[in-house]
Amino acid sequence: MSHMHQPWTEKYRPRQISDVAHQEEVVQTLQHALGSGNLPHLLFYGPPGTGKTTSALAIVRQLFGPELCKTRVLELNASDERGIAVVRDKIKTFAANAVGPAVPGYPCPPFKVIILDEADSMTGDAQNALRRTMETYSRVTRFVFICNYVSRIIEPLASRCAKFRFKPLQGAVINDRTRHICGAEGVELGEGALETLSQVSGGDMRKAITTLQSAVRLRGSPVLPATLLDVSGTVPASAVQGLLAAARTGQFSAIQEAVTGLIADGYPAQEMLLQLQSVLLAESGTSDAAKGKILGQLAEADKNLVDGSDEFLQLLGTASYAQRVLMGRA
Amino acid sequence: MLYVDKYRPKALEQFELHSDVAQNLQKLVVNGDCPHTLFYGPAGAGKKTLILALLREIYGAGVEKLKVECKPWKIQLPSRVLELEFTTVSSAYHVEMNPSDVGNNDRYVVQEIIKEMAKSRPIGADGQQGFKVLVLNEVDRLSKEAQHSLRRTMEKYSAACRLVLACNNVSKVIEPVRSRCLCIRVAAPSVDSIAQQLQHVAGREKLCLPPALAQRLAAGCDRNLRRALLSLEACRVQQYPFREDQQVAEPDWELYIKEIAADVLGEQSPKRLFQVRGKLYELLVNCIPPEVVLRKLALALMPKLDDELRHSTAEDAAFYEHRLQEGSKAIFHLEAFLARFMSNYKQYIINLGF
Repeated sequence: MSHMHQPWTEKYRPRQISDVAHQEEVVQTLQHALGSGNLPHLLFYGPPGTGKTTSALAIVRQLFGPELCKTRVLELNASDERGIAVVRDKIKTFAANAVGPAVPGYPCPPFKVIILDEADSMTGDAQNALRRTMETYSRVTRFVFICNYVSRIIEPLASRCAKFRFKPLQGAVINDRTRHICGAEGVELGEGALETLSQVSGGDMRKAITTLQSAVRLRGSPVLPATLLDVSGTVPASAVQGLLAAARTGQFSAIQEAVTGLIADGYPAQEMLLQLQSVLLAESGTSDAAKGKILGQLAEADKNLVDGSDEFLQLLGTASYAQRVLMGRA
Repeated sequence: MLYVDKYRPKALEQFELHSDVAQNLQKLVVNGDCPHTLFYGPAGAGKKTLILALLREIYGAGVEKLKVECKPWKIQLPSRVLELEFTTVSSAYHVEMNPSDVGNNDRYVVQEIIKEMAKSRPIGADGQQGFKVLVLNEVDRLSKEAQHSLRRTMEKYSAACRLVLACNNVSKVIEPVRSRCLCIRVAAPSVDSIAQQLQHVAGREKLCLPPALAQRLAAGCDRNLRRALLSLEACRVQQYPFREDQQVAEPDWELYIKEIAADVLGEQSPKRLFQVRGKLYELLVNCIPPEVVLRKLALALMPKLDDELRHSTAEDAAFYEHRLQEGSKAIFHLEAFLARFMSNYKQYIINLGF
């Protein structure tokens, strides 16, 4: 039963490093490492849904096989406690262990692998505590760091690793994979669904697949573009245009009404800002200087939202500023 | 029993508002399974009602046998043992909790509960192990660390438990969590449909509700159905039969905020600011969230202003509300907002040449 209801992101997670899509350099280097049975310390970084965790899991599986994986690999992520105490005890103990015998059929090189997923959420102290550990036990242990932002990994750790950047996936690659999954699951795609899906995902494979599966679960096949938009939480273009039109009227009451309506309809403010940006960029009637000012404000509002500000007030403030700019009063 | 609870739809097929969402949810659980879901939308839109009905759809009426439990937990951390006590509402199939109850320790609590659930899985009708549902309210108030710790937990324990999350402000939920959930937007009902629901409830209570009053109740509730129903009940207590021009009681804290706004518009001086501070404290000690105070205050000031001042007020409100979230003492920022407003207002009056 659990197999049937597995999320497709898990079900279709590539099991072999060669199946990882679109990251040619990474795949090539790792294939080579597989062949020679030697592995440097690795640092994978890149946006979400580009295959970082998948690659790490695939390579240890191919190195050690499913059985040996249990004893040779330690996977820690942000859901595990990873303060300095854990680094001192758990990681160090695991790193210091001697390696057991190899199993036939896999390269089984004589070292263990520690995968630290979401490493950018580790504290600086904990990262510092790893420095010496990495070197002392490098004969028997390799580290794989996975993170979104390489700048949050302290330099001494980053310089000890071979770094790999994972690129956002391109539309064609996502389309390929989507078609493959649809074929395997017996799902039909409506007209324009593929394009919508790659547009919605923004290069994030996980988002594309989750959106697809949600759409299929909600409405069944064939999957229509409208369903995909609905499921992904995209704000309809008419709503964004409405806000912009309200700003153009020059009346404050118009934008207040528009913003109140949007918030009551439950549209996420961040998504609104994002789409406001793309609509604004495509617009031809507005001067570049005005666009620049409004875009600056959008960035400001987005940061405030991430900091936890009220959606209504941020959106109203932004709309009010945009109105002043469009009316030539700012 | 309050009308709000009495006429809450119990099963998905009973939904009149959000019938499209309810139908979709029905399809979702057709095999007795559901993905992780995130319900988002403004207060009083029907998120909780939908969640309860969803649970009922999955497990049947058994989920309505609720028990409220307040038990002490001992959580073993690597460095120390954390002892705390918190309340959960649970049935045999689900556990519901408010992470904000446990403050900074929310991440340990969430993980502990999920691990606990994974250990005691209910057995489904087909004799196979099923899953439990963890309902987390107000995920937007869950700390960032706790949200991060949900990321992998959601994948790892996906066989044993499903998460149903509910929040008002989806921007406060981190992207990795959102991308793992099926996000369901619950829009607030429109004024007309609220009025319709009020009539419907009144009909079932055998009350005669004049359409004009229903419309007024619906318009005055910020598209919040719960609030509309509560005010209907308050009106019923106040006087029955209803009169068309009957007064609709506003919550006293809102009246109080309007009073503050009137004070500020009446005089702009340090002395007045000092007086107003006392009133702001009064609101805060009565547990009105500071961001709500600021929002309502800005809205209460708006109607009396010129467009020029409205712009600056709106932008200042956004600015100080952000400061308020970043800072620690709300009163500073509320007061700063009012001081800034007074200054702007006075400047404007002087420029007009009075």
